[in-house]
Amino acid sequence: MTEAIIFYVFGSVLVLAAIGVITSRNPVHSAMSLVLAFVTSAFLWMLLEAEFLAIVLVLVYVGAVMVLFLFVVMMLDVKTEQGRGGFTRYAPLGIGLVMLIVAMLGYVVWARTQEMNFLQAPPPASADFSNTEMLGSQLYTVYMYPFELAAVILLVAIVAAITLTMRRRPGLKVQNVARQVAVRARDRVRIVNMKSEKDK
Amino acid sequence: MITVSHYLTLSSLLFILSVAGIFLNRRNVILLLMCIELMLLAVNFNFITLARYLGDSAGQVFVFFILTVAAAESAIGLAILVVLFRSRRSVDVEDLDSMKG
Repeated sequence: MTEAIIFYVFGSVLVLAAIGVITSRNPVHSAMSLVLAFVTSAFLWMLLEAEFLAIVLVLVYVGAVMVLFLFVVMMLDVKTEQGRGGFTRYAPLGIGLVMLIVAMLGYVVWARTQEMNFLQAPPPASADFSNTEMLGSQLYTVYMYPFELAAVILLVAIVAAITLTMRRRPGLKVQNVARQVAVRARDRVRIVNMKSEKDK
Repeated sequence: MITVSHYLTLSSLLFILSVAGIFLNRRNVILLLMCIELMLLAVNFNFITLARYLGDSAGQVFVFFILTVAAAESAIGLAILVVLFRSRRSVDVEDLDSMKG
């Protein structure tokens, strides 16, 4: 019963937040609605006993990705009053595609729900069961190579994002470390042989 | 009683809303990226639901990797967006037609 109440409350907030993302005119409002959607789905993931991923969703998505989105939205200074020019032109295609997806997903989820009812929820895990420990032991044994590949993907993303957005402004005073390291003493210091001079 | 169908319905609702959002906001690339994030959230929801109901932890590991790749994707996408805005002074999808031929 409690589970049902939590599911319906947070599920409806999640759907309302998703509607807010796609209907609001201001990109900042959309980003805020998306933050709300992520937080409510973190609650629902807790209900599904995925505690570690729920925390990661809040920390990584709300804490990092959405902050990045907000930074970009505020930095770019996009005009918000621009209307939905292409809406009427693409509306039939969009509505048709959405109806197609509704029909397909509705068929799979609802019309064949009898066949899915063999999926009964397992009993809740005991209080001393650690979801993080389970995920970690899977991740560092069975999924070791995918885990390292994920790390490489993150590194590539860092390098790509920095090289894409870095720009060299003219007249900026910066160090050229390669030239500093490559300098030789001969180029800088001239050693002169000369006779010592006597004091009078 | 909350069954697997409830969760799957919720995630398909999320997915349908994000597809509708891509067609609704055909102007702003930032909103398109946000709709893609919403789609990935719906997919992750499916993975976690079935990981719970099938009793298989591989679904949760997959969600972990999807979150990693999605973070990388949005970082690169936003970087491309910033470069685009610097050269075009706009992030309209309609203006990005120079490769039309």
